[in-house]
Amino acid sequence: MKKHGKILLALLLVLGVMVLGGCSKNENSSDNPQSGGVDGADTATGEPVMGGSIIVGITQDLDSLDPHKAQAAGTDEVLYNIFEGVVKPDKDGNLVPAVASKVDISEDGMTYTFTLRENVKFHNGQLVTAEDVVYSLKRCAGLLENPDPEIKVSSALSGISDITASTDASGNPTVTLTLSEANTELLGYLTCAIIPKDYDKQADAPVGTGPFKFVSYTPLQSFVIEKNADYYGTAPYLDRVTFKISADTDAAFLELLAGGIDIFPYLTSEQASQLTEDFNIEVGTMNLVQALFLNNAQKPFDDIRVRRAMCHAINRQEILDIVADGKGTIIGSNMFAGFAKYFNDEVTNTYPYDVEKAKALLKEAGYPDGFSMTITVPSNYQFHVDTAQVIVEQLKAVGIRAEIKLIEWASWLSDVYRGREYQSTIIGLDANLAPSDVIKRYRSNASSNFVNYVNEEFDRIYSLAVAETKDDAKTAYYKQLQELLAKDAASVYIQDPACYVAVSKKLSGYTFYPVYVQDMSKVYFVK
Amino acid sequence: MRYYVKKIISLIMVLFLIMLLTFIAFQVIPGDGALSKLGVDAEEEAVEALREALGYNKSMPERFFCFMSGAIRGDFGTSYQYSRPVSDLLAARLPVTVGLAVISILMIVVLSVPLGLLCSHREGGVADSIITFVTQTLMAVPAFFLGILITLLFGLVLKWFVPGSYVAPGENFGQFLHYMIFPAFAIAVPKIAMTVKFLKTSVLRELKLDYVRTARSKGNSERRVLWHHVLKNALIPVITFMGMVIADVLAGSIVIEQVFNLPGVGRLLISAISNRDYPVVEAIVVYIASVVLIVNFIVDLLYQKVDPRVKLQD
Repeated sequence: MKKHGKILLALLLVLGVMVLGGCSKNENSSDNPQSGGVDGADTATGEPVMGGSIIVGITQDLDSLDPHKAQAAGTDEVLYNIFEGVVKPDKDGNLVPAVASKVDISEDGMTYTFTLRENVKFHNGQLVTAEDVVYSLKRCAGLLENPDPEIKVSSALSGISDITASTDASGNPTVTLTLSEANTELLGYLTCAIIPKDYDKQADAPVGTGPFKFVSYTPLQSFVIEKNADYYGTAPYLDRVTFKISADTDAAFLELLAGGIDIFPYLTSEQASQLTEDFNIEVGTMNLVQALFLNNAQKPFDDIRVRRAMCHAINRQEILDIVADGKGTIIGSNMFAGFAKYFNDEVTNTYPYDVEKAKALLKEAGYPDGFSMTITVPSNYQFHVDTAQVIVEQLKAVGIRAEIKLIEWASWLSDVYRGREYQSTIIGLDANLAPSDVIKRYRSNASSNFVNYVNEEFDRIYSLAVAETKDDAKTAYYKQLQELLAKDAASVYIQDPACYVAVSKKLSGYTFYPVYVQDMSKVYFVK
Repeated sequence: MRYYVKKIISLIMVLFLIMLLTFIAFQVIPGDGALSKLGVDAEEEAVEALREALGYNKSMPERFFCFMSGAIRGDFGTSYQYSRPVSDLLAARLPVTVGLAVISILMIVVLSVPLGLLCSHREGGVADSIITFVTQTLMAVPAFFLGILITLLFGLVLKWFVPGSYVAPGENFGQFLHYMIFPAFAIAVPKIAMTVKFLKTSVLRELKLDYVRTARSKGNSERRVLWHHVLKNALIPVITFMGMVIADVLAGSIVIEQVFNLPGVGRLLISAISNRDYPVVEAIVVYIASVVLIVNFIVDLLYQKVDPRVKLQD
């Protein structure tokens, strides 16, 4: 009897839910995530279906809708869907023409000329003019008359001395960039969004040229975009995408289990192993350089022998096995493997795991009994915290007593990164699609050189690499730079971490990029 | 009358002190709003320019004065993080937190009074033993864990709701209510447990007093003694306790909002603190402080209503 009562109660409640749900046939719920229909077959290769709407889980709120003011990687990867630069990255890490149809870089690397694509329209219906492009690039480069202090100007763009509009011989509008010093890699930074000139509501109702249009944004809740029917390129399959902002990965994971999210890009390896039925797990890399960064200006890490000992004492394969289920790519210098052309695989094993060698080096440096050190880790990155815990254990074998100090991200920025007041820290560094951007912080006088690495040889080769116009020579220079960093053991380079994405089995087309991008234009429902 | 004037003056003083303390706290903790906004690769000059624009470079008293004069006019400035007026941000989050609070307070009141009386009515009986055991357990469970348990049970096993499927009240009020029941329940459960225990102790204490014996000897039924004579007196300490609970819930159940993914004041506060979004934090702190003070004030008034012996004194 009691049992029946319970079932009855459950039924009543379910009924109640259905009634409540039934009166809400609004457009947002047109895609019911619980309509399973998964028959176990691998549907990932099915025929694309046009239309439909999906929910993508993200765990970081957007820092600004104005693409030039947004600096968080978590914002950029979402805004990629509505904005485009003169060029944009594709999935292989190439820069392909976007708002511009053609790019000419002069032999000496001093001028860049873009021919604009015809009939590109902003989401508000206006045609993109050369003036809009000049305005956008100037705004990005801090060259407008009253620059907005909230716009972060990349140091590479500050090498632009002038931007002008004109027309070429056949009457097409062009935009020309003139530099004050040669730079053949500027294109990697020119993915900055093209926006309409004199439109001042960018932060509330952003307008761009991308495959999707902005619909709405509610802080801490959601960011909604819809298909741009006027897109000049291949139109997206989906009609609508809702990026749902979750409080944290755990909350998002529960929603995923309940079927409230269709794509979730930030799974941990542990969570990924729990998801099997309704989701495909795609594995890519994060395109980060994860390292135990050592402050080269502080004792005992000002001694190269101690830094080398640290490298020998840390077992990178074990770290991968413990924190990421063995996935990820081991690295030996400051370059991620995804940047295949420039990645120097030869330096990966400069310092094989060798406890005896580490002990010998420590003894030579005057620390026969090891020493005590602190690893400062931003507490919001569980992955780095986990890595730190493994490292602490590994260092015990050579007599180094490491202690983990957790700090908030804001404190990390001001104390560790800006103030350089730390001994060692674990973090993942990302970069723009330019090899120089990955490695530029190691220049002796770079303001971002938080590891305090100083090597004149490095500075010299770096400037040669940036100005070099021949591809082979440029690649060789960058490989040489990675070698220098490895040889000097500037830090303990660990890995380019694996990245697990859960994609509903109803969907296909999710694509990994070598930069932070969640490209929704390629995702589609399968038949 | 003098009482009210005094009360209001002390209310303003307390608010002022709280604002001052929050302001000082933000000067002491490391981190910098300009740096948080511009991020890892910002050049020093850019950070400096933004600092200037945000008013970081003004002297401390000057900044505090600017903030205070705005706050008095109800203008808390613009959020660093969202570049939107703080009052708009807060106004959009309030219905969530207040809605959550109202539902959970209703649950607390409706469930804890009968349960508390039931316990004290038959002290040591089966119902009492069970309820005491359950309340003891529930009081010991941390809020976030209870939240996760509820999500697992009702969301994933029973599928009574879809975790994270919060809908704004303006969009669909039915769905809003339906979703809110579960986080409200998570908030209410430990508070119900505490209130039941509190009420039980209070009733048992009253039952030993002389007036109860008198009432009984006059031939009142046990039920009448309990509901008409004892309950009113037993409620006085409970009201104080409920006042604290209400203030607590209204001030934003930070943990529960996080677990259930509710875009309320609590989540805004966490996000604002980690981004060093000072104007938002200050506004929320002022809000929380005001809620606590006002609720306490109302509790004082209620006291007097329930127990005329309590006089509001100068």
